[in-house]
Amino acid sequence: MSTLAHTVADSRTMLRRSLLHAVRYPVITYLVLTPLIFLLLFVYVFGDTLGAGIGGEGTDAYLQYVVPGVLLLTIAGGVTGPALSVSKDLTEGIIARFRTMDISRSAVLTGHVLGNLVQVLLATAIVTAVALLMGFRAPASVLDVLAAAALLAAIGFVLCWLGAAFGVFAKGVESASNLPMPLMILPFLGSGFVPTESMPGWLQWFAEHQPFTPFIETLRALLFDTELGSNGWLSLVWILVLGLIGWLWARFLYERKTVR
Amino acid sequence: MTSAIQLEGLTKSFGEKVVLDQLDLDVAAGRVFALLGPNGAGKTTTVHILSTLMRPDAGVARVGGHDVVASPEAVRALIGVTGQFSAVDNLLTGEENLRLMADLRHLGRKEGARRTAELLERFDLAEAARKPLSTYSGGMRRRLDLAMTLVSRPQIVFLDEPTTGLDPRSRAEMWDIVRELVAAGTTIFLTTQYLEEADQLAHRVAVLDHGVIVADGTPSELKRLVPGGRIHLEFEDQPAFDGALAVLEDATRDDAALALDVPSDGSFASIRTVMDRLEAGRVEARALTIHTPDLDDVFLALTGHDAPKEVAQ
Repeated sequence: MSTLAHTVADSRTMLRRSLLHAVRYPVITYLVLTPLIFLLLFVYVFGDTLGAGIGGEGTDAYLQYVVPGVLLLTIAGGVTGPALSVSKDLTEGIIARFRTMDISRSAVLTGHVLGNLVQVLLATAIVTAVALLMGFRAPASVLDVLAAAALLAAIGFVLCWLGAAFGVFAKGVESASNLPMPLMILPFLGSGFVPTESMPGWLQWFAEHQPFTPFIETLRALLFDTELGSNGWLSLVWILVLGLIGWLWARFLYERKTVR
Repeated sequence: MTSAIQLEGLTKSFGEKVVLDQLDLDVAAGRVFALLGPNGAGKTTTVHILSTLMRPDAGVARVGGHDVVASPEAVRALIGVTGQFSAVDNLLTGEENLRLMADLRHLGRKEGARRTAELLERFDLAEAARKPLSTYSGGMRRRLDLAMTLVSRPQIVFLDEPTTGLDPRSRAEMWDIVRELVAAGTTIFLTTQYLEEADQLAHRVAVLDHGVIVADGTPSELKRLVPGGRIHLEFEDQPAFDGALAVLEDATRDDAALALDVPSDGSFASIRTVMDRLEAGRVEARALTIHTPDLDDVFLALTGHDAPKEVAQ
């Protein structure tokens, strides 16, 4: 078998393993619950006030505003999945077995990344469905919706690699579940829940220069045809940068941790 | 005989601590080789280097003719490793674990399913095949672990303390499996801290202590290296016992059992000397047995400290 065919076959096997894990140990419950709680809380408890604050008509206006932020929150939550599953693998004996077998080096990480990506995308679909039931409507074309889905998938993919890196970096499963925390707060410290202009100066600067603000604004532009501005290419750059960091860091740490 | 595993001057340190110091070994193909030693002797480190998990600081290690540092992939294709700690996927069933191995070894769907069924049957796991591993006993896990190692029919199998922590029955089952593997032509590299295990299974034993091979040979060769052998004599009655005592002045006596132990190297000459003396004193012995030293004696003599005792279960 050629090296490439070998890598693809092994990654597929590892993806199947990761999906079996997902069935036995459904992380997806947490992936769905956290953003749903925030969605319900922000819309039904704070929605009326916040809706007025952004110059709209109460709860419904705020629902339209907050859903892109909640979707990115769901995607950000996906970092935890690969962090946990990779760190769990590394603390158990099975990783030693894999390493004494002639299998593609990257297959273990790739399997976890793809398996967790499937889960986080499923979670995003569920959250979207609930948002639609609550009355969320986007005046977007099919093409725009597809582009929005592709954007979310791409962000999910690079964040899963970052999660895998956290998983290899962590000393144990517990610290692996804590490391991604700061990343999951970022949608709140951006334009996800309130406009950045309403924040104090120093926070506003941070909010406008962190990756989730362009992500959320690009999503809004696709769904509501708002001004895209520089957010499109900023998102692209952030995706490439985060992806490259996650992928290189995960693989570098994995090599270093597993070859002595 | 061709060699399956060769080590030349293998050295490994962790920081200041030298774990393996210039190890030389040659393991013949198709035999069981046991590396015997107490905890911390360097057994697991040796297995880790040979199974490409770790790189040596110096020296050469070849497995199946391939250098473990230069061509680890070639080595990995030949070997199977069952380590000290269970290397099974706890979220999968026994069957799924075996299928995972079959897929990673690229056996193909049909052959993978066939091999999985065969191993489940052989390792007495067919009934539990579709149950989660949380329901498996320690012995079942260990059997599954070994079955996973054997999916690809490896030529060379490393077993790192395969029976540590197992109950006597599971241990005997494990020994049977090892004997079957060897009968089928597999080379086994076994590490153990149980003298009995090495004695039972191995064609050759090397004793490792503080990273140095202190002895290397067949179990009986090792036993001949050390003193501790004796001739054990039992007598019918007190007069016979007293008569024997009179002619065998170097014997240690056991009055209650009417028995004597005479030091001996187990050679024919030493036995004849004892028999000649008894004959001269006109003493009849009821029974005579020859005790060669066991590996416990070997261990004490070679390392200057007691053999490790089995850990309480």
